[in-house]
Amino acid sequence: MYDAGKIIPGLIIFVGLMLFAIFNNAGSKVEAPKLEKPVGVKECVKPVKYMKESHMELLNVWRDEVIREGKREMIEVEGKLYEKSLQNGCMRCHTSKKKFCDVCHEFASVYPYCWDCHVAPQADMALQEAK
Amino acid sequence: MRVLYPFIAVLALIVVAFLGGKVTGLQYLLGVVLPYLAFGVFIVGFANRVIYWAKSPVPFRIPTTCGQGKSLPWIKQDRLDCPNNKLEVTGRMILEVLLFRSLFRNTKAEIHDGPKLVYGSSKSLWLFALMFHYSFLVIVLRHLRLFTEPIPFFVPLVEFADGMMQIGAPRLYMTDAIFLLAIAFLFARRLTLRHIRYISLPADYFPLFLIFAIGLTGILMRFVYRVDIAAVKQLTAGLASFSPVLPEGIHSIFFIHVTLVCALMVYFPFSKLMHMGGVFLSPTRNMSNNSRAIRHINPWNDPAIKPHSYAAYEDEFRDFMKDADIPVDKE
Repeated sequence: MYDAGKIIPGLIIFVGLMLFAIFNNAGSKVEAPKLEKPVGVKECVKPVKYMKESHMELLNVWRDEVIREGKREMIEVEGKLYEKSLQNGCMRCHTSKKKFCDVCHEFASVYPYCWDCHVAPQADMALQEAK
Repeated sequence: MRVLYPFIAVLALIVVAFLGGKVTGLQYLLGVVLPYLAFGVFIVGFANRVIYWAKSPVPFRIPTTCGQGKSLPWIKQDRLDCPNNKLEVTGRMILEVLLFRSLFRNTKAEIHDGPKLVYGSSKSLWLFALMFHYSFLVIVLRHLRLFTEPIPFFVPLVEFADGMMQIGAPRLYMTDAIFLLAIAFLFARRLTLRHIRYISLPADYFPLFLIFAIGLTGILMRFVYRVDIAAVKQLTAGLASFSPVLPEGIHSIFFIHVTLVCALMVYFPFSKLMHMGGVFLSPTRNMSNNSRAIRHINPWNDPAIKPHSYAAYEDEFRDFMKDADIPVDKE
């Protein structure tokens, strides 16, 4: 082998970089995010599968409808009325941003810009209102 | 045919992965076994190929010189294009690896009426190659969010910068669009330019199709056929911590994406894609043009063979040379 003094260290750096995730993960356990589910409510505006995968799409559509088109009417799902709103709709039931939104978002490194405008409600205040 | 066969090969991979993703038993094969296997082939194959290259001696200085070499003190040397020492070579290599300087020098030749042959500069290959490679790098870095737990600090920063435009939810990444655009250009270039089409082989088209399909399935997975990303991360981060969990109910698009990426990793060490390692080992770039200043001795020279000057040669064969009427220096 020629130029081993340069090529071997180069290869070691390359393999090291490729295995970055493995070194990074060493010692930590990958656990499924555990959400705090709302108490006493079983149904959401859409099925669980849709909400898990595509809630951001729904929120984006709501944002456009409410803010840009002024369509603020409630939506009715199985006889229950929901307000098209993050703070007054979603977070009526899912009271805590920290224990609901952030759990998955932080796990998957998703930082949505909802909170650039919205203020996360105080958990206990929202609970009181709900009662 | 040279375009069609690689296209069919990629389609076949997609069909296999699509069907496999529907069957629970095969899901484990495609989602867990195949990635480990492919990653192993990639790393071992890559190292193997580089070591194989390193076994070839490069006894002669063969840099491509693109400027004035070091000469008399009043002649200005082109230090990057005709490097004379390690520092200058390092500068040349850094620019080559990071900015693709030799592609920047790409030219085109056209025949106009007359007939007249016209040469001109052609920067589009350089530009799109640069866009493609840097987008790919950013995309790979972004994907670390799915493989690392805890997520290193730079991943959210890259994502933030990439999604700066805040288009839609989930946010559109600029690199996704640039990536597909650049591959489409590189493909169109091979098809439309006659002389490039003439020298293009299936091995040129296959990676283009494969990488385009990877990009497209990734984008489809983000915007159209969504998957539960937290479930996906349990699998992918699990792979990197050797405790993979195969979540249920994941759309086939995920398995297609993963299978195509695995195909790319397996294909990588045996293909032209090895230019990733090869660029560092290019003797035409990484050697200094100093053979006038330093004597380089061929490593496989037999030390028992001593230098044999012409004068000594003539001494040995003078009589024969005279007989054959060959002129000699010394009578």
